[in-house]
Parts: sequence; C-alpha cells; structure tokens
Amino acid sequence: MATNYIGVNELTDKPMPVKTPTSAPFWDALAEHRIRIQYSPSLGEYVFYPRVLAPGTLADDLEWREISGLGTLFTYTIAERPVAPQFAADVPQLLAIVQWDEGPRISTEIVNADPAALVLGMRLRPVFFDYPAHDVTMLRYEPA
Amino acid sequence: MGLKGEAAIVGYVELPAERKPTGDPLFSLEQYARLSAAAIADAGLSAGDINGIITPGIREASSFVPSTVVEYLGIPVNFAEIIDLGGACAAAMVWRAAAAIELGLCDAVLCITPGGTQVPQSDRKPRPSFGPWGASSNLYGSPQAEFDIPYGNLGQNGPYGQMARLYGSLYGYDARAAAKISVDQRVNACATPGAAFYGKPITVEDVLASPMIADPLHMLEIVMPVSGGAGVVVASADVARRAKNRPVWIDGFGERVAYKTPTYAQDLMNSPMVQVAESAFAMAGIGRSDIDMASIYDCYTITVLMSLEDAGFCAKGTAMDFVSSHDLTFRGDFPLNTGGGQLGYGQAGLAGGMHHVCDATRQIQGRAGAAQVADCNRAFVSGNGGIMSEQTALVLRGD
Repeated sequence: MATNYIGVNELTDKPMPVKTPTSAPFWDALAEHRIRIQYSPSLGEYVFYPRVLAPGTLADDLEWREISGLGTLFTYTIAERPVAPQFAADVPQLLAIVQWDEGPRISTEIVNADPAALVLGMRLRPVFFDYPAHDVTMLRYEPA
Repeated sequence: MGLKGEAAIVGYVELPAERKPTGDPLFSLEQYARLSAAAIADAGLSAGDINGIITPGIREASSFVPSTVVEYLGIPVNFAEIIDLGGACAAAMVWRAAAAIELGLCDAVLCITPGGTQVPQSDRKPRPSFGPWGASSNLYGSPQAEFDIPYGNLGQNGPYGQMARLYGSLYGYDARAAAKISVDQRVNACATPGAAFYGKPITVEDVLASPMIADPLHMLEIVMPVSGGAGVVVASADVARRAKNRPVWIDGFGERVAYKTPTYAQDLMNSPMVQVAESAFAMAGIGRSDIDMASIYDCYTITVLMSLEDAGFCAKGTAMDFVSSHDLTFRGDFPLNTGGGQLGYGQAGLAGGMHHVCDATRQIQGRAGAAQVADCNRAFVSGNGGIMSEQTALVLRGD
C-alpha cells in the first residue's frame, strides 16, 4: 500500500531526489558528472538550491553557470545511529555541509575518508554516484 | 511600539510526562478540549470568559484548523490563529495572545499544545504516513525532499550535531560543560513531580558514558520524547483581576524566522535569538541581570549554550565557561529550566515548548513547590523551532 506506481516503498526504500522543472538543469548536469548552479548578476552571487527568483532580492535574472564543484568542509557530524530506518546500512554516516568555492553550501555526505581525519575547512572534491534505476546522480564529497 | 504589559498568563496546565502513556488515547481535538478545561479551571475562570484561541496543527485536519477547534469547543471567538513554528509555537502563541488582547480584540485566549502520543486509530480511516523524516518534508517539490533528505540530512540529531561541531571548531568544545547542563537540569527535574526523570539524578560521567548519537552529542544531551500536553490562558488586566493566580504579565517579546535547514543559513553561528532577545528585553525595558530565572528551550545542550550567548547572558563563545562557573539549579546563582527543562521533564511534542512557559509561570506564581526560586518576579523564556531556525522569546513579570 505504501508502494507507489514505480515500485518505490516510501517506508523502506531510501529517499531519492526527484527533479522538478526548475531544478532539472542542476540534475541533468550531475548526470554528466558536471556541476551547474544558478547565478544572479544583480545580486552578484551564486545561488543554491535552484529557484525561480534570486533569494533575498527576488530578482528575475537567474542564469545557469558551471562550477568546479571544489569546496571545503563547513561542518559535519558522525551519525552513530541511523537518522531514519532507510539509512541503517550507512552508519556511521558522515553527514556534511560543504561550501563550494563559489559560495553556496550544500547538504551532502563525506565518503572515502577516515572520520578521525576530518577537519573543518579541509579541501574536498566531488564524487558522483549514478543511480540509473532512479534516473538520478547524487553528489558526495571526498578529501581532495 | 510593542506590548505595554497589559496582558497576563493567568492559568496553566502541564500534564505529567509519561514515557509509556497510560489512559485512553485521545485525538488532538479531544486533548485540546481537556487541556483547555484544565487551564481555565486553574485560572479560576469559566469557558464563557474565553473569546480567543490559538492552536498548533492538529492530527484531525490539515486546514481550517482554528474553526474546527472553535466548533469542537463550542466557543465562538474574536481571534483565532494557527501557529506552525515548531518548538517556538508556545512562546509565539503567548505574545500573539497578548497582542490581540492589547489591541482590544479579545479578553481571554487559550494557548494550548496537545502532546499526547496515543491517538485512536482505525483501519477504516488509516492515517497518512509522513515517514520517518521528523521535521523535514519529503513531499515532491520540497527543497528538503530534493536536496537534504536523500543525503541523510533530516530530522534533528544530525543537524544539531553539525551545529555543535561547528561551534566547537570556532570556540572550543568542553564536553563536560555541555554535560553539566543535563546534570543541573536533572537536579531541577528531581524537584519537579511530573518530570520524566523525577527521582533520577545523573552525573557528568553518566552523560559522557551515554551512547554517542550525533557526534559530539550524547544521548543524555538530547531530549526524551514523552507523552503529555500543556497550555496557558492569557487574559486582559480586567480578567486577570478576578482570576485566582498571581498574573504573569507579558512585558516583551521577539520573534525571528531565518531559514529551515542549517545548510542554507546565512549565519549559522549567530542564531535568530540575537535579535529576538534584544527585542524582548528592550520592549520590557529591563536588562539581562534583572532576570530571576530563565527557561531556555533545550532540545539539545548545544541549543542552551548558543541561546545563552545569543540572548546576551554571556559573550559569544563563552557559554561553556558560563555554565561551568554557575549553578544552574533552582537553588543556584543562575536558575535555568527550573522544572527540569525538556532534558529533564521530557519533550511532549509541541508541548515541550510550552514547558518553558509553564516553568516561568510556576515560578512567578510561586507554585513551583520544591523547585521554587525565592522571590521570583521576572523571567526570560525562549522558544526554538527547527534547527535554531525559528525563535521566539518572552520577558515575563509578576506584579
């Protein structure tokens, strides 16, 4: 009963991103292992997550620009207990906020790292995880 | 500008915290009615005195909530609001009630937060499940569903762990100081019948030996979910005069909503409480040192540390020293969360925020029993929703 029309059981399967008309350019770029986010010329800042208008000014001038995806570790926690039953296999999970060199921050996970070696401000690089069954690529990070 | 201090909390109800609920399951509407009757009776008023209601979301309706509550109670009102500010709901209700009263809209307002976890169920009307996402929305189009939840950034433990990690990297992290908050508040809980941890003192070592949940936060630095419920009646000066308790005047408030998920906060280490507390104290016309007790929202120890700083009780980055060098118990030099706080009393959903309003009310009304702070006339109450993202504060005063 909790299984939807494409066979996703929302109570047991991992929650996956589902792109929207506005965010499609971001996810489509990730599928090519590239990172493309919005920029507002009038604001003079990159913007994340994707929106229809610039946050703060509501300027109607958002354009898409490719960025390197390199960034630094803003903060993290080690989830020693699953944050939800769907994440039980991921414990200990390195829940991170990464700040891109261009400014915006994103929610992500740190992979391929010794938890004890994590230091805030350390350099990180993107790792792309393709999930063909879900038609999505997710963006995680590892020490650069 | 602001409140004139002409509306007061005149009665309250706070149910005992139950880790394993007893008694019959009740719908939110039924809980709202029972809590209302108890708060009105506590004030020495009658249902006919009520002409305003404020409600949080309820389980039986997703829209038209205030009118549903009004109809169920059978009490038509001049002022009806629904508040959706998480742990800030309670304090947000109280200042809105006071403002409506001072504007002359109404005379007595119910501010009620049901917190009973056991609700009647029927296979014929199954309840829609929102999954295990806590305060995050997994609905299509929700930024949380698209950019946060898939990476495990959901609920509260992880994000508060991230906050504590960032705080520690900037200001240093003394795990024993953080643990002392839980320990001192447990002393207060042990003087508060009804607290989940009544009769169960703990030590700093106990806190540090409890399981790590979201590093650096241990289990005993995180609130215990309980079943309960709480509420207050806020009334005009005229009504307060014939109520039976000492009025708790609402002299000042502040409120600010800054973001939903910490990832997108403009300034994560300066919480909305900076502006919120400044507004509340300025409106009340008193300073931090004029406060006789503080009841600060304490879903996690890091919340208390940051709130003490951002509310101006100590300088940025010094809260660890502050809690280490002060006795935070009801008999101490900085009485904090004298009813145990949510860390000691338990968190009954949104009634957890109301715990702090009740805590200050009990103290100012001189009804805190063994936990009574001597000569308590002024209190500071904070509310905190989400991940330090929506905050409210009250400055309260006895006659």
